[in-house]
Amino acid sequence: MSRLFMFEKPLGMRDTLPELLEKKHRVRSSIAETMKLWGYQFIETPTLEYYETVGAASAIGDAQLFKLLDKEGHTLVLRPEMTTPIARVAAAKLLNEDLPVRLAYSANVYRAQQREGGRPAEFEQIGVEYINDKTISCDGEVIALLISSLKKAGLQQFQVSVGHVGFAQELFMQILGTNGRATALRKFLFEKNYVGYRENVQSLNLSSIDKQRLLKLLQLRGGEEVIGQALEIIENDKGKQAILEIQELWKVIKDYGVEAHVKFDFSIVSHMSYYTGILFEVYAGNVGFPIGNGGRYSLLEKFGKNATATGFAVRTDMLLEALGGGKTETVTHCIFYSQERRREAFQLAKKLHEEGKQAVLQDITGVKNPDAFTKKFAETTFLIGGGQ
Amino acid sequence: MKNVLTIAMPKGRIFEEAAELLRKAGYRLPPELDESRKLIIDVPEEELRFILAKPMDVATYVEHGVADVGIAGKDVLLEEERDVYELLDLKISTCYLAVAGMPDTKMNDVAPRVATKYPNVAEAYFREQGEQVEIIKLNGSIELAPLIGLSDRIVDIVSTGRTLKENGLVEYERIEDVTSRLIVNPVSYRLKDSLIDDLVARLHQVVSTEEF
Repeated sequence: MSRLFMFEKPLGMRDTLPELLEKKHRVRSSIAETMKLWGYQFIETPTLEYYETVGAASAIGDAQLFKLLDKEGHTLVLRPEMTTPIARVAAAKLLNEDLPVRLAYSANVYRAQQREGGRPAEFEQIGVEYINDKTISCDGEVIALLISSLKKAGLQQFQVSVGHVGFAQELFMQILGTNGRATALRKFLFEKNYVGYRENVQSLNLSSIDKQRLLKLLQLRGGEEVIGQALEIIENDKGKQAILEIQELWKVIKDYGVEAHVKFDFSIVSHMSYYTGILFEVYAGNVGFPIGNGGRYSLLEKFGKNATATGFAVRTDMLLEALGGGKTETVTHCIFYSQERRREAFQLAKKLHEEGKQAVLQDITGVKNPDAFTKKFAETTFLIGGGQ
Repeated sequence: MKNVLTIAMPKGRIFEEAAELLRKAGYRLPPELDESRKLIIDVPEEELRFILAKPMDVATYVEHGVADVGIAGKDVLLEEERDVYELLDLKISTCYLAVAGMPDTKMNDVAPRVATKYPNVAEAYFREQGEQVEIIKLNGSIELAPLIGLSDRIVDIVSTGRTLKENGLVEYERIEDVTSRLIVNPVSYRLKDSLIDDLVARLHQVVSTEEF
């Protein structure tokens, strides 16, 4: 092990310096305000959870979990996402009355670094979980709230791509008959390897109509029109049900008036394996990764409650990147004083603070280079020397 | 930049083949495209921007979204496992990944050693064969390793087999066929969908008669 330099941090850990933090606060609070207006209540859960419970139920792979041991020898994990801890609390405490529950969170989550930079090991997610309402209105509300929150944060160009876990699954069942026979195709779809997918389809002993249908799946991405195209190739009931849900969702989204930000993509497969129905990802220009994602899941079953939920999580760091530069202007006033006029300086500062203005009090003898220091402030007042 | 498509291209041999393919697909690229030493080349009349990268790095640029699409060898995709869409087999730069070594030799029983530029591919391949090997990562001239006793085997790309032959090596197993692929960043795939669909359709017409 090499000796660490004093400035080093563990791999993937980042500092947030004042200017960025200020921006982060602002973005977070504008989103949080929106969530609260929609009736979502914020909760916090512990940073550490048991590996056996939350760690195992989470869709984040084992290799990405930070693990440690407690005194009893139980393995603990740093929470890799917030949905599973919230499912744990909700199942244990919040669903006794069997009513819909709307929760929100903003919290740091932890995922061990495996590769090069650009992937922090600790990052903030802000999101909601709308639990115990199985209607499509619930999915629609979550998507509409996501869009509303992002707009409130100042993001203008973004797109939510919506898919359905059930569609590809049922299409494979309809054509291939068993889950086992669909393994290869599912893997290619998951790996985004369309070349392999197409080769595999061509190698299967199927009618040309069925091959066409399997290939068509890769093209089902776009506006409202792809819903109809999807309906044309699906024949079994569960698959049709998936499309009906998407149709219904589209109506809900139009009623919210947010359809300009929504597109469909039936080839979306999430790395979050717990999704069971509608799922979505959010993309913004100039960020190479999705800035958020969400969907319908049945995770609560793992904690003993027969309920489903829909949620989304936005990565604050990606959102900030999408929002881009734009220096945040905070007008700060600096009052330099010397001992003789200290009281006067303090009174001035008090007055400014009462007006809600930022004012810094600086003893002039404490600054080695007043010229350089002055440049950091928008306004300065010097209360120095005896009398006026 | 919303309507400009950024394409990461591999420098060197594959570049020319790929540029040729784009020209056949109807993109009017300036003739001096290949000769420039610049790393970023704008072709405003087609709303394209080319980034010239090391072949091994193309998938990295695309995954991070600094390039919307890229042309990368399947060998790179297998080795790097980047989160990108692999949309089209361009059927250029055909070669294959193979295991080679000195003729009539067996791998060391205790510590079989494999030298390669593709540590992940090599490790995965030998594991599937039920063998645990020690990987030695090299960056080029892999054929040297068995000749001077650094390793028992190498895993490398073979196109004609001439380099192996000239150095007295033989091929033991063929791992996988390699061609160049069109890869796409997942965000660009959604946000620049019409530009990308157009590119894919035009390239597909050139490389294949098969139904899409």
